Amino acid sequence: MFGRKARLERQQRERQADEQAMLACLPRLRRYARALTGEREGADDLVQDTLERAWQKRDSWKRGTDMRPWLFAIMHNLHADQRRKPVLNTVELELEQAETIAAPAPASDQGLALDLEAALQALPAEQREVLLLVVLEEMRYEDVAVTLGIPTGTVMSRLSRARERLRHAMDGAGGLGGLGSAGSTLKVVK
Amino acid sequence: MKTPAISEEELHAYADGQLPASRAGEIAAWLEQDPAHAAELQQVRAWRAQNRALHAHYDPVLEEALPPRLAAAVLAGGEEYRRRDQGAAANAANAANSALWWRYAAMLLLTLAGGLGGWYLRDLSAGGNARTLVASAPVMLARQAAVAHTVFSADLRRPVEVGADQEQALVTWLSRRLGANVRAPKLAPLGYDLIGGRLLPGQSGPVAQFMYQDAAGQRLTLYVSRDQVQNHETGFRFAQEGRVNVFYWIDGQFGYALSGSLARPELSRIASSVYEQLAPVVATPAPAPAAPN
Repeated sequence: MFGRKARLERQQRERQADEQAMLACLPRLRRYARALTGEREGADDLVQDTLERAWQKRDSWKRGTDMRPWLFAIMHNLHADQRRKPVLNTVELELEQAETIAAPAPASDQGLALDLEAALQALPAEQREVLLLVVLEEMRYEDVAVTLGIPTGTVMSRLSRARERLRHAMDGAGGLGGLGSAGSTLKVVK
Repeated sequence: MKTPAISEEELHAYADGQLPASRAGEIAAWLEQDPAHAAELQQVRAWRAQNRALHAHYDPVLEEALPPRLAAAVLAGGEEYRRRDQGAAANAANAANSALWWRYAAMLLLTLAGGLGGWYLRDLSAGGNARTLVASAPVMLARQAAVAHTVFSADLRRPVEVGADQEQALVTWLSRRLGANVRAPKLAPLGYDLIGGRLLPGQSGPVAQFMYQDAAGQRLTLYVSRDQVQNHETGFRFAQEGRVNVFYWIDGQFGYALSGSLARPELSRIASSVYEQLAPVVATPAPAPAAPN
């Protein structure tokens, strides 16, 4: 009877620790999903699916290791599944409503922000994933490789292509100085 | 200075700050000091500008209030495991398992109740009796309040939607949305100042949350819902969710829950004050609830 009580207590501690760890990762999962999907509701749907899947697959997480890469790997797999099996698109109207509720971006940055979003969404998904994990999540290249299940060399080539395409897209979108067109507007200071 | 061989991969790693300091120093010198490397320098700068732009555009998501459904997904998963763990333990002990029946019954009820339900199951599978079922709605109130407390009181930058500097506007707004007069009780004499409030989704309608803070930064939240269907009164009840203690009571359609990570006696003292301030001023005042301890 003693053993049972101790086990239940340990399980409870572990559950609460897992809940806390997941809650702590939530803001970053949301940021990544938002940038990955380019929409608000769809991103939160992806996060919610990720949390549910994470509990289902909880035994595959090595207790004591960082939970973040494991969660991102789950999200990557779900997102890849969604891409393979396209579902109905989110109704555009919902997105607009969500945007009006959300605090709008500062007006002066809006044009730039829209171009950045459009350019990002124009990237192939596998390049976008790599770029976002490297830039937003500041993951080491090796960790990106593990999270996405690809060789580090592939991470590097996708990163390189993503940056180049983003730069061209931004240039094409109106040559917004300082972001994409740094090459033509910045002079080397000697 | 001897020029080290630099690959494009290393330039990326340099732009992303992934190189050891010594190597990063070498590359910085190589880029900055030789005009022949201007193209590479520009490339690195463009990449870094992209990095900054992406952060500037998407980092605000980190500061957004978490949608309750996501916090709920985390806690619901934990709850599922709790049931599983306890179920396994019960089977192992070969307990006569009438509790199981109650769990299923409760699950069914829950499905009907929808929303954030599911959590009062902890009471069921711990004790497993009919009384708990009857008491489920207030428990749900406490649980929702505790979750809302956990999610928003931890938010350093934007714990409230409307600050206490606009208290009148806040109260007017929340009253309009709840369709009844709500008030923010004064807790300053007890050391807690109002910092503001927000509107939240409840089981079947809007819920108001007021947040208070003491000089040490300890936060309290008062959760006010108007969707209590039983339309009866309860005395003070106490619940504990992890580190959050909750005193809650129901007064007609209104459910109140005061949550905080303070010791039970102190929270009880504050809850009494809240109760007194919110008790409707009518000819026959409702009897004071049993003194909490």
